[in-house]
Amino acid sequence: MISRQDIIIVGAGLAGLRAAVECTGQVNVAVVSKVYPTRSHSGTAQGGITASLGNEEEDRWEWHFFDTVKGGDYLSDQDAVEVMVKDAPRAIYELEHMGVPFSRTAEGKIAQRNFGGHTRDYGKKPVKRACYAADHTGRVVLDTLFDQCLRHRVKFYQEHYVLSLVFEEGRCVGVVTYELATGELHLLRAKAVLLATGGCGKIYKTTSNGFATTGEIFSLAYQSGIPLQDMEFIQFHPTGLYPLGILVSEAARGEGGILRNSRGERFMEGYAPTIKDLAARDVVSRAILTEIQEGRGIGGKDFVHLDLTHLGEKNILKKLWEITSFVRNYVGIDPVKEPIPVQPTCHYVMGGIPTDVDGRVLADEKGSVVQGLYAAGECACVSVHGANRLGCNSLLDLIVFGRRSGLAMKGDILRYNHRTISGDPLKSVEGKIARLWNSNGKEKMDSLRQKMKSLMMEYGSVFRSEGGLKKGIEGLRFLKERYEQTGVEDRGKVFNFALMEAIELGHQLRLAELILKSALQRKESRGAHFRNDFPLRDDQHYLKHTLIFSTPQGPEVKYKPVKITSFQPAARIY
Amino acid sequence: MGLKLKIFRFDPQKDEKPYYQTFMVDAQPTDRLLDCLNRIRWEQDATLAFRMSCAHGICGSDGMRINGICGLPCQKLVKDFQEEVLLEPMPVFKVIKDLVVDLDPFFEEYNSIKPYLITRTPPPERERKQSPEDHTTLETSIRCILCACCTASCPINQKEETKDYVGPAALVRAFRYLFDSRDEGSEERIALLDHKDGAWGCQTLWKCTEVCPKKIPVTKQIGQIKRRIYEAKHPQK
Repeated sequence: MISRQDIIIVGAGLAGLRAAVECTGQVNVAVVSKVYPTRSHSGTAQGGITASLGNEEEDRWEWHFFDTVKGGDYLSDQDAVEVMVKDAPRAIYELEHMGVPFSRTAEGKIAQRNFGGHTRDYGKKPVKRACYAADHTGRVVLDTLFDQCLRHRVKFYQEHYVLSLVFEEGRCVGVVTYELATGELHLLRAKAVLLATGGCGKIYKTTSNGFATTGEIFSLAYQSGIPLQDMEFIQFHPTGLYPLGILVSEAARGEGGILRNSRGERFMEGYAPTIKDLAARDVVSRAILTEIQEGRGIGGKDFVHLDLTHLGEKNILKKLWEITSFVRNYVGIDPVKEPIPVQPTCHYVMGGIPTDVDGRVLADEKGSVVQGLYAAGECACVSVHGANRLGCNSLLDLIVFGRRSGLAMKGDILRYNHRTISGDPLKSVEGKIARLWNSNGKEKMDSLRQKMKSLMMEYGSVFRSEGGLKKGIEGLRFLKERYEQTGVEDRGKVFNFALMEAIELGHQLRLAELILKSALQRKESRGAHFRNDFPLRDDQHYLKHTLIFSTPQGPEVKYKPVKITSFQPAARIY
Repeated sequence: MGLKLKIFRFDPQKDEKPYYQTFMVDAQPTDRLLDCLNRIRWEQDATLAFRMSCAHGICGSDGMRINGICGLPCQKLVKDFQEEVLLEPMPVFKVIKDLVVDLDPFFEEYNSIKPYLITRTPPPERERKQSPEDHTTLETSIRCILCACCTASCPINQKEETKDYVGPAALVRAFRYLFDSRDEGSEERIALLDHKDGAWGCQTLWKCTEVCPKKIPVTKQIGQIKRRIYEAKHPQK
């Protein structure tokens, strides 16, 4: 099937839906999603979305600006951060006007809570900046934007997997999708394509990310000749529920929760004397793992405690209902009465497809624009989060840059016509599927997937070293060879999840290698990238963005400068 | 421990009618039923079809009938089951393959109640004010994840002659907007809900409330809609 739209948006999370709302009514727009739109992973965001509204106490966008840059360990492009934090209050009011049911202050304003790394007066003490709806903020924003899309009759291609990006003379002119319900391939032609597919946490063994968060779009973009930026920066959220890795929101600490080791000590006092448990995520994750490595994990195991028991039942149930209910369910612990077992869990990728502040994808270190292709949200790298993202800045990123991408596409396509497509874009995809069906390898895809996840956990997670990264890269090479010999048993056309997972795995293996190779080249420690062999930040050599390119000789790393406008790099102490 | 899963199978490409197949899975007591399903698909039978995404009860993908009761296998732990578990697709909806059902009609009903804030007064520069009490009214309804367990479990939706009933899930979202103090669309909402297949389709059978994975007082909220309709039509003099 071939269809034709002005704009195709891939991904139905907050960035994609916000862009769709921006475009609908004026141009012909369709959203492609692997899942029903309301299943998108943005929905699992719990804690909130930041803006310096000052509803609870004094706040300023300049403080938000500084905190985001410091949180990112000075790798953020400061011009982009400024765009985001200045636009934040407007973006939040707009969501509220659309109907998002934010929790409220006594005066009826949007309620705000503390969150890691968000401070007043350039780091003096925590500030209440995260606007929230109990602990299901992402879910209610997702629902509201989905509802707006229904209202405006946005077209959805749901349960469609994107299998390739189609280019004609360097311009993106559409995507090829696989329809899960029928097994049919579709060529969706467009004047502009927005990639808004989220992250790639599922390449790690322990992750807060859902099953759909496999990250194939990174690999598809890379294969199309687009570099990936800063992929070594993978965020481990400090408090994943042990042992499942499900996210226990930072809101728990924002509301006063305290991390304790086996001795009952509030160990964050030693690592971040000023804002303690509310330090940036990379700092807290390293602190937890250091406690565990030094033998102060609970019962000698690899977790610590998150203690909410002093917050009171009423408060906990009102503000942290979601967390309380799944902690009770999965580990049989009542957070009202007992501390929650937590461990760091792979949560977010700061890097991604490089874009300008309007979502236009950039082809190289000089900033050349790829015609017709846009990216927003977690799969994009603007870069606002630098080397480490602050909590609640991601939803803000999605809303602000989702909208900006929508605006840019609407404007840009006035200059574009539909191009004739030479060749048959469906053919190469058919070939790929045929390869998987015709292979007689005995090995199970799942066994390769589990090995990749363990390997990434061991060599590419919080603490890294040259030796480990090299071992990881070698291990991945071995897995890739075996993947080429492995096939898919299910040859059906209807809801063939096995086929989709096999295709995803091919992309994941490539992406995993790009992450480790980017990490290997960065011989310093910055934000979420910590090298045991280079434990200090090295601004002289590495205050720059990594770009990894596909070349005939394999991945090649180049660099581009960081845009510094307001804050010179300084020591990062919390 | 070993767990036996008896699973409803149907592949429209080759099966004339559905059948049941039993799988043995080696599982930890704290594993989720969803983990068991994955293990079957990854290790034993690649063709087994079921939806999933977040795996912790937020996305609402994996609604199915577990020992006859609709729920989410990502929320159920192995230890809470005896030797055998029966897994079947949700009723009410058409089965596409195995445990996957066609939810398009579900989302059509959802869309029919105008699931969005209707306002007439132009928005203020900042947020529209709402008291914490007014927000509390919505607090349980905004937990809805559209998993469709309630609608699938409703005896009214299940019965052929009343299958046009809009269903509890759509009504929870109708409640969420009708009772939002910022909404100014009461009149048109009430018109949409005031008929035999709208709020009055509910016969207070409580099945929706019993199965809701998010513990939303669904039946009660439908009752509040009915009262609001009644009050709108019978204003106090």
